[in-house]
Amino acid sequence: MELLYAACVGLLVFCGVFLILRSRTFPVVLGLTMLSYAVNLFLFASGRLSLNSAVILGESTKYADPLPQAFVLTAIVIGFAMTAFVVILSIRGRADLGNDHVNGHVPENIKKGRV
Amino acid sequence: MIQHLTSLPVLLPMLTGIILLMPPCGKNKAIRRIASVTLGFITFFVSLALLFSVQTDGMQVYAIGNWSAPFGIVLVADPLSTLLVCLSALLGAVCVLYATAGDDEKGSFFHPLVHFLIFGVNGAFLTGDAFNLFVFFEVLLISSYALLMHGGDKKNTRAALQYVIMNLVGSAVFLIALGILYGVLGTLNMADMAQKVALLQGDDVYLAKIGGLLLIVVFALKGALLPLHLWLPNTYATAMPIVAALFAIMTKVGVYSMMRVYTFIFGEEAGQLTHMAQNWLWWLAVATIAMGALGVLASQDLRKLVANLVIVSVGTLVALVTVQTVEASSVAIYYLVHSTLVTAALFILADLIGHQRGKVADRITAGTPVSQPMLLGICFLIAAVAVIGMPPLSGFIAKIWLLKATWETEYGVIFWTLYLLASLAVLFAVAKAGSTLFWQHKATTNKHKISEHKLAEKAQQEGVHPAQLAALLILIAGAPLMSVFAGPLSEYAVGAATDLHNFNNNINIILLGGK
Repeated sequence: MELLYAACVGLLVFCGVFLILRSRTFPVVLGLTMLSYAVNLFLFASGRLSLNSAVILGESTKYADPLPQAFVLTAIVIGFAMTAFVVILSIRGRADLGNDHVNGHVPENIKKGRV
Repeated sequence: MIQHLTSLPVLLPMLTGIILLMPPCGKNKAIRRIASVTLGFITFFVSLALLFSVQTDGMQVYAIGNWSAPFGIVLVADPLSTLLVCLSALLGAVCVLYATAGDDEKGSFFHPLVHFLIFGVNGAFLTGDAFNLFVFFEVLLISSYALLMHGGDKKNTRAALQYVIMNLVGSAVFLIALGILYGVLGTLNMADMAQKVALLQGDDVYLAKIGGLLLIVVFALKGALLPLHLWLPNTYATAMPIVAALFAIMTKVGVYSMMRVYTFIFGEEAGQLTHMAQNWLWWLAVATIAMGALGVLASQDLRKLVANLVIVSVGTLVALVTVQTVEASSVAIYYLVHSTLVTAALFILADLIGHQRGKVADRITAGTPVSQPMLLGICFLIAAVAVIGMPPLSGFIAKIWLLKATWETEYGVIFWTLYLLASLAVLFAVAKAGSTLFWQHKATTNKHKISEHKLAEKAQQEGVHPAQLAALLILIAGAPLMSVFAGPLSEYAVGAATDLHNFNNNINIILLGGK
């Protein structure tokens, strides 16, 4: 289970970082979303992975750490708000700058069709 | 009431922001302005009250919801954090005062956003919990995103987009670092973390090291340390100057967090991880000073020049943080207050000068003369002398003191050479900027000679608004006052630094609730 979980987080971070390094805003926003998914999963794992254990004391002999779950909840809420903001900002950027590049202008080699 | 005093500098700005959104403040411009300025200054005075109570009764710990540390979140008011809370509250109040002259109407929700920003900054200063620090970072960031766009144009959108993306990545890294540290230490209360770091063994040490070093990335990004400083000049130069003046405190939040994490958690008592970040931070700080000085020399307009001065000050502060002696930390505290006030004042001056010079704005070239050369010139002179570090103002005291504090260190000679060269660069650039802005007029001389009385007329039309003047004078007064009261202030700084370095005492008060 640990290996699968770690591989998932790693893959998400890989995709996220790759997309963030693109020059257009849409892939960058997608990349940020992927990165925040990866972070949420990672935070969740910081309380150790366990099966069939509730976060309530006394219900069973095994119990899970509730704090990382609270962290993840906070991180999800904040990440959601920030993603909404960056989506709106990119739309505004598209309108203000006339293109969807993060740098605000289309690089010469793309303009000429040489990608 | 008195036992809740510690939480008030955090709660008041938040409540102020909410009050300002609701009627009658939300509808009526005049009421909103009055309420915003009044409540801003009330926050400042409450922070001052907290400062005095900390001075008399010592460090205060406030357990939110009465959940004691390390299980609940605590607010820790020690001399260092309360001093910075006072500074940010003052800056916030001065900024809303300045903006009542008209800048607040260039977009929506200026006043609530400023108060929410102060809410985040004060929370970040006071909190004793690392995850809570992240939450307050996000609070101040989301307000800063909106403020950055306030009254903006196309250039502004580009800078804001890059700033937001940079900071979102920074937040992700912050969370990963916190996840690692929680996984290893099992706590995120800073005092508890500091205690447990020393007990780590085996592979956990390396995991904690990774977590701690990832935090450098985050704080370097917030504090604009090389190589993560590239967002700052663009962002600060395209934001409205009054917003940039307010942002002067935001880089300091990064530096303050570094002080907390690398002096307290990974400080003297951290076992195998003692001073683990110092070597990294030292060289990055030195390089930041060099890059900032080059940026100052290359700046084409006054706002960009001040933005680069911010980078120089961040480099200096981080260098001092890495020295890890009580003396160096005291200088860092004194210098932090001085540089925040002076850079804020310079941003405001850049706005006023740019406004009065018309088309050329604040570009450092010959152009239309300013309409109130006497007033702005004297203010600029004071701010310039302070920022360069020439006697007799606060910059000089800070400079002498920091040179003394770094001489004994391993790399003292390198630091002295570099820092003094950087000061020379700043002296040259600021002097050139000042003489160009105030003395070099465009060669349309005959026109100007006739317009002697026209100039006076113009001065009356677009002269400095009383609210702007008051805000400017409060900030400018900081430099001479910090010089006159250098004795008590430096004593306070030494006391605050001693408390910061007093590991066992901090642990005792925060975790055990007494001596």
